[in-house]
Amino acid sequence: MKKLIIAATFGILFSVTTFMSFTAVASGPSIHLDKANNDLSDKESLKKGFKTYLNYCLGCHQLQYQRYNRTFDDLGIDKADGVANYMPTGDKVGGHILNTMPEEEAAKWFGSAPPDLTLEARLRSPDWIYTYLRSFYIDESRPFDVNNTVFKDVGMPHVLQSLQGVSTLVVHKELDEHGEEHEVSSLSPAMGGSLTAEEYDVVIRDLTNFLEYVGEPNKLERKAIGYWVLAFLFFFFIISYFLKKEYWKDVH
Amino acid sequence: MLMKLATDFMGWIDKRLPVTDAWNKHLAQYPAPKNFNFWYFFGSLAMLVLVNQIVTGIWLTMNYEPSGEGAFASVEYIMRDVDFGWLLRYMHSTGASAFFVVVYMHMMRGLMYGSYQKPRELLWIFGMLIFLVLMAEAFMGYLLPWGNMSYWGAQVIISLFGAVPIIGDDLTLWIRGDYVISGATLNRFFALHVIAMPLVLVVLVFLHILALHEVGSNNPEGVDIKKPKGSVKLEELSKFTFHKQYSDKYDIVDAVPFHPYYSVKDIMGVAGFLFLFCWVMFFAPEGGGYFMEAPNFTPANGLKTPEHIAPVWYFGPFYTILRVVPDKLLGAVAMFGAIVMLFALPWFDRGVVKSVRYRSKLHLVNLIQFAICFVVLGALGTMPATPTANLIGVIASFGYFGFFIALWFYSKNENTKPVPERIAD
Repeated sequence: MKKLIIAATFGILFSVTTFMSFTAVASGPSIHLDKANNDLSDKESLKKGFKTYLNYCLGCHQLQYQRYNRTFDDLGIDKADGVANYMPTGDKVGGHILNTMPEEEAAKWFGSAPPDLTLEARLRSPDWIYTYLRSFYIDESRPFDVNNTVFKDVGMPHVLQSLQGVSTLVVHKELDEHGEEHEVSSLSPAMGGSLTAEEYDVVIRDLTNFLEYVGEPNKLERKAIGYWVLAFLFFFFIISYFLKKEYWKDVH
Repeated sequence: MLMKLATDFMGWIDKRLPVTDAWNKHLAQYPAPKNFNFWYFFGSLAMLVLVNQIVTGIWLTMNYEPSGEGAFASVEYIMRDVDFGWLLRYMHSTGASAFFVVVYMHMMRGLMYGSYQKPRELLWIFGMLIFLVLMAEAFMGYLLPWGNMSYWGAQVIISLFGAVPIIGDDLTLWIRGDYVISGATLNRFFALHVIAMPLVLVVLVFLHILALHEVGSNNPEGVDIKKPKGSVKLEELSKFTFHKQYSDKYDIVDAVPFHPYYSVKDIMGVAGFLFLFCWVMFFAPEGGGYFMEAPNFTPANGLKTPEHIAPVWYFGPFYTILRVVPDKLLGAVAMFGAIVMLFALPWFDRGVVKSVRYRSKLHLVNLIQFAICFVVLGALGTMPATPTANLIGVIASFGYFGFFIALWFYSKNENTKPVPERIAD
């Protein structure tokens, strides 16, 4: 019992001090991200996201580590259907999801070459992607007339403008709890797109979902196996506990 | 019939190689104190993780491509196209962090119960060498995925050697094999990571265990289970048979044979450990961004520095000590000094009482403050440097070094409690 108390004291001290040192130096204000709330097990959503990706993103952003046939298998797309409806012409079904944009030229056009997005969701998080694609606004000082509140001065045009329409940045003043004035900026509702704000959010959620899938295609399998492994280890621990007890009977 | 065949076979072997004798000497008749507690699981767990790293490492090597052009893509190939490649990789990456968790706990155990004190100084030194090689092994391994944090982390650590006066620049050039970190660096790190360091590690672990079995295991009471021959009454001797190498020289009390008593107990420890390990591996293999850092999901790029370069968490304590010293050379000296202090611990401690249970309150307080400072230093190492963080870092660094200095002063005439003759039931 005494040992347990000492161990517990140690544990509590450890966690309290670690926590304190973490909060003491927590870094400055970060960008607010909306929750994507996407569902990896929703294959319809993944398929729609895949389609959106092919139509709007692939022209510039490759998925050079992901293969078509793997994607078809995981998303439940029949191979014939996949070849007919999900593949730009000329690619092999076992090939990687590539485009033909020359990298050097692209770097000239956009300032830097559009990055590969296979691992974007792991690099930046799904919430980041979800928020980023909903945060473009008009800024005529930029080469493509748009800027982004999540990724300032991004080189990318608002590719989904025909769907979302355009927002403007509204800056207004607000008083904080100390009575000091701060400039707060927010985006106006987008105007002139073919989709309503809710419909656009769904399109982006599906696209985010697809990008999270592509980031780690084995994620669901990993978790599914994980439950079985943990269940096994739980019982194995109980059995090993009683085995140990049985052996140690003759010591005590 | 079958039994006789097996006995004959073992007899044949034993005449040529003392397998049974070694088995008895180191396992079935090795006297281990009967009072090992929770903290004694970590030695066998470290061995388990080492085996995990070696085995998964072999399979990863089969599909990994050690070149600047191919490394990053080959890791994604393993993650996607190799059957259960993702599992192998996560076992290896989670194993790296687990290795340090286990080793830090193992070292803490040594500190608590004075397992580094005479006659176990060499055992401690071997352990420290293992720790040192392990850090080199982990550092080189972290470059191999060729992600952007791999690149910049290596950049920061290698540039430390540039702080060495006169030869600094040549030294970093020699380590990198190029003017910047490049495919040449990756290739040599690969060679060192998969063959040189593991070989050294295995040899050191072997020596660590041999040295342990020569002097015998310490225990939470810090009481010796080997008494002078003839000093113990027959009925008080341990009822178990121990190898004559031990029982010829000593009267052994309060001990059990390692196998089966501690082998079954360690299996229980393994089950508990694997539960936590698999929890992380299957449900949070990125370890909240501490085991696998986010910038590593983009390929190494010498022109794009990550916003905040942080070494992997297990280097945190030493990295913070480096960072809080304003001068680069002095910082590097302080960092290596922190490790030298650990090496010299058996000589900083001039006391004769081993276990914290029978040492002074002052020692207990010193030990706790050391552990706290170590954790705080580790946490700070993963965070951006701010003035507040720096201040806390300086205080914790003083706590770290202060532990050893204070120990040297008070341990000579420490107000200890009487140590019992025997381990109580």
